[in-house]
Amino acid sequence: MSTKQPRSQPPAQPSAALQSSFQTLLDNYQTTIPARVKLIDSFLLFIFISGVLQFAYRVLVTSYPFYAFAGGFGSTVGQFVLLAGLRAQVAPGRDGEFKEVSQERAFADFCAASVILHLFAFNFLG
Amino acid sequence: MAPKAKSPSGTPLKTTPLSAPLPRKASADILSKSSLAVDDEPLPSGSTTPKVRKLAYPLPTHISPTTINNTESLLRFIILALICGAAIGSRLFAVIRFESVIHEFDPWFNYRASKVLVNKGFYEFWNWFDPTAWYPLGRTVGTTLYPGLMVTAGLIWHFLRLINMPVDIRNVCVMLAPGFAGLTAWTTYLFTTEMSTPSAGLLAAAFIGIAPGYISRSVAGSYDNEAIAIFLLMGAFYSWIKAMKTGSALWGMVTALFYGWMVAAWGGYVFITNMIPLHAFVLILMGRFNNRLYTAYSSWYVIGTISSMQVPFVEFLPIRTSEHMAALGVFGLLQLIAFVEIVRRLVPGKQFQLLLRAFVVLVFVVSFAALVVLTFSGWIAPFAGRFYSLWDTGYAKVHMPIIASVSEHQPTAWPSFFFDLEMLIFFFPAGVFWCFKELRDEQIFIIIYATLSAYFAGVMVRLMLVITPVVCVAAAIAFSKLLEAYIDPVIPESEEELEEATAHQPMSKAKAKKIAAAQQNKSEFNFTGILGGKGEKGVFGLDTRFAVVSVLSLFLFLFVYHCTWVTSSAYSSPSVVLASRNPDGSQNIIDDFREAYYWIRQNTEKDSVVMSWWDYGYQIAGMADRPTLVDNNTWNNTHIATVGKAMSSNEDAAYPILRKHDVDYVLVIFGGLLGYSGDDINKFLWMVRIAQGEWPDEVQEHNYFTQRGEYAVDERATPTMKNSLMYKMSYYRFHELFGGHPAQDRVRGQQIPSTGIQLDTLDEAFTSENWIVRIYKVKKEDPIGRELKAVSSFEGGKKLKKSASSSNAALASGAGGGRKSRPNM
Repeated sequence: MSTKQPRSQPPAQPSAALQSSFQTLLDNYQTTIPARVKLIDSFLLFIFISGVLQFAYRVLVTSYPFYAFAGGFGSTVGQFVLLAGLRAQVAPGRDGEFKEVSQERAFADFCAASVILHLFAFNFLG
Repeated sequence: MAPKAKSPSGTPLKTTPLSAPLPRKASADILSKSSLAVDDEPLPSGSTTPKVRKLAYPLPTHISPTTINNTESLLRFIILALICGAAIGSRLFAVIRFESVIHEFDPWFNYRASKVLVNKGFYEFWNWFDPTAWYPLGRTVGTTLYPGLMVTAGLIWHFLRLINMPVDIRNVCVMLAPGFAGLTAWTTYLFTTEMSTPSAGLLAAAFIGIAPGYISRSVAGSYDNEAIAIFLLMGAFYSWIKAMKTGSALWGMVTALFYGWMVAAWGGYVFITNMIPLHAFVLILMGRFNNRLYTAYSSWYVIGTISSMQVPFVEFLPIRTSEHMAALGVFGLLQLIAFVEIVRRLVPGKQFQLLLRAFVVLVFVVSFAALVVLTFSGWIAPFAGRFYSLWDTGYAKVHMPIIASVSEHQPTAWPSFFFDLEMLIFFFPAGVFWCFKELRDEQIFIIIYATLSAYFAGVMVRLMLVITPVVCVAAAIAFSKLLEAYIDPVIPESEEELEEATAHQPMSKAKAKKIAAAQQNKSEFNFTGILGGKGEKGVFGLDTRFAVVSVLSLFLFLFVYHCTWVTSSAYSSPSVVLASRNPDGSQNIIDDFREAYYWIRQNTEKDSVVMSWWDYGYQIAGMADRPTLVDNNTWNNTHIATVGKAMSSNEDAAYPILRKHDVDYVLVIFGGLLGYSGDDINKFLWMVRIAQGEWPDEVQEHNYFTQRGEYAVDERATPTMKNSLMYKMSYYRFHELFGGHPAQDRVRGQQIPSTGIQLDTLDEAFTSENWIVRIYKVKKEDPIGRELKAVSSFEGGKKLKKSASSSNAALASGAGGGRKSRPNM
């Protein structure tokens, strides 16, 4: 959610309409999204920032232990998308898309996939 | 079980006693199993509502739907088990005919590596440095091979030991390919079931089980990467379809695990790496993006990529080479679209949505540009040369003779499509057409797969392997659609009959009424078509049904027949052991290769270096256990060119090369006596070309052709040809075998000049029974500093008798044996 602001400013269309659009976006987000999806969103945000920091470190400071960077960054990205997948499966409006996977199953899937992901990432570190 | 579906004899039509209230979607497989060829006739998913239907032939009506369901699943299971059995059984020709032996070239290396794995442990295998290969360079084996195959075999070996079945690792290796072929049939069944009906799945499983295109790489003893790769390919594709359909991260993970295993096992994994993104991309372009796709793709890509990077040979390739960039790009695109979708759901404004869409396109273009810049700046490696040769078939011949020289890298000849796939190749387009007709998400996958692989299979012979599964699947879909249409007993109602049917409708809910109605139908349509004198019924008549179904069954039988014949005659030769027929019809085993390798193992120093063309490197290392200069790994083109140069130059030029590389023995394969066409003289031009690539001044291809541009070994051969080491070693003393008669080379059909060939720098050390393998010992420098040429002419001038006796010890067995088996032609 957080990355959306900077990129839509340059095209200075009817800015008032845009402004109001943002307002509705924020309002809708606060009112319609259930708490647990917000929790997931905050986790997503955290992982995103962590990934940006790792990448900045790699670009600006050093890439020396490249294996460590690849493992760390890989697990960050992986966790992010798995979480985003989970979010899609528990967010409102999911029932139209996920007919065969219940919300509980989605969480179990998420856990299993994360464990495998981190096993591989961990193996990659050393 | 109900007494049904087992009529071993009679017409196919008799085998379909199905009751009227067919459960929807059940699509019963009523199967007439008459041979290993599974000849299953898919029964139609009838109409949705149990209403009165006209039937072309009577069906028993007293069987309950649960019975039918149970019988169906039981039959399906049994058939699948039998198909697996057939898939394994049809690959055992080589073992039965010869023995449990490892085939061909690459498998010998894999076998050797597996032995290291199970005897010395995993870490030793992982860090294995092999000083005997690529002498004097050596090879870091652990990081230059795909370990998946050996690890799989090792795990099976350990498992078998665990359950107290101590099996020799060689037997595990030999039987690995047939075993996995059985599993491939199973995954193909699952995959096809997702695409179409279970009956199509069974057909597909039967097809892939015995299709020669796949058998060619997976007979018993063909212990190569492809043996397990097709199973992994189908497994990955099946779980991908499953993941995409359900949107479950678990299936995405399973796809990734299959993918990871595939990466560890075969370089062809790049096909999956590009297939899945392409499928996802096409779905996006078709406006079919949804969160299931997002979850499936993301979980596959992330876990799959990080697991593929565990393989030392692959390592950072997934983020550094162009082949993998499509997957990364689609991954990024999906993130973008998913994010925009979330925002879009929250904000209804139209302008805003337009802006979002523009944003997606912009980011996509920018990141694509970034990719291009990275490629040109060198951070991302451009496509590998082998990849270019997929687009330009002439590329390899010009730039990389080493790749072009491999016969399986040649473009496919048209007949081989029929040879490898028989009738499937004709049903293949029909199956793709059916996929177009329904065009669900998963069927788009088949279409893409079919298009890509059809192209690749046309470009490279070895990629026939990749097209085989999709041909089997598509052909099975087409076949089952056909059978379905012609076995389905229901006759669609025409206009006037429809009214009649609506009159029956209310009654049909009661079962008794249905039976009555069915009986009524039965009496009405006991015979249709010509038999009933109702010619106007057209395609729904029994006669047409019978005609089509019997023709289709005939196709199936012919297919089985063809597959068995191809497998037994073309693909079951281990190529280290040859077989021929004696005049009286009995089999004659030609075991020259093992004879010669065993001779090396027994009669040479442990560290003596054997030089041969690279084809035989792995075999020498595996069977003779001696260091080799070059082998089938072909990683060092210069080294191979050096060997090529030594073989193609005259003795004066070759001798220093041999000495510099500490070569003790030179091994050549010669088929002229027996008519074995895969010998070194036939491969000679590639040696010349590869050598020319490195030393264009010293070796020129045109010097080896006669004036008229012919490749001749008889009188017309050019001096360069006649003086080349290869020519001399091949035909040395060849004419003596014919005792005055003209010496006939049976491969090239030419007469070898009977002027004796003189070798100054080499001694003949061993010649196998049928002269296929000839081994020469490289002479050391003369102890008193004379040139070897001078030495031999000195000795030759002195007394001819002695020179004959000096080398006869080693030669007696070879030449004598040769004479014994083929007296004087």
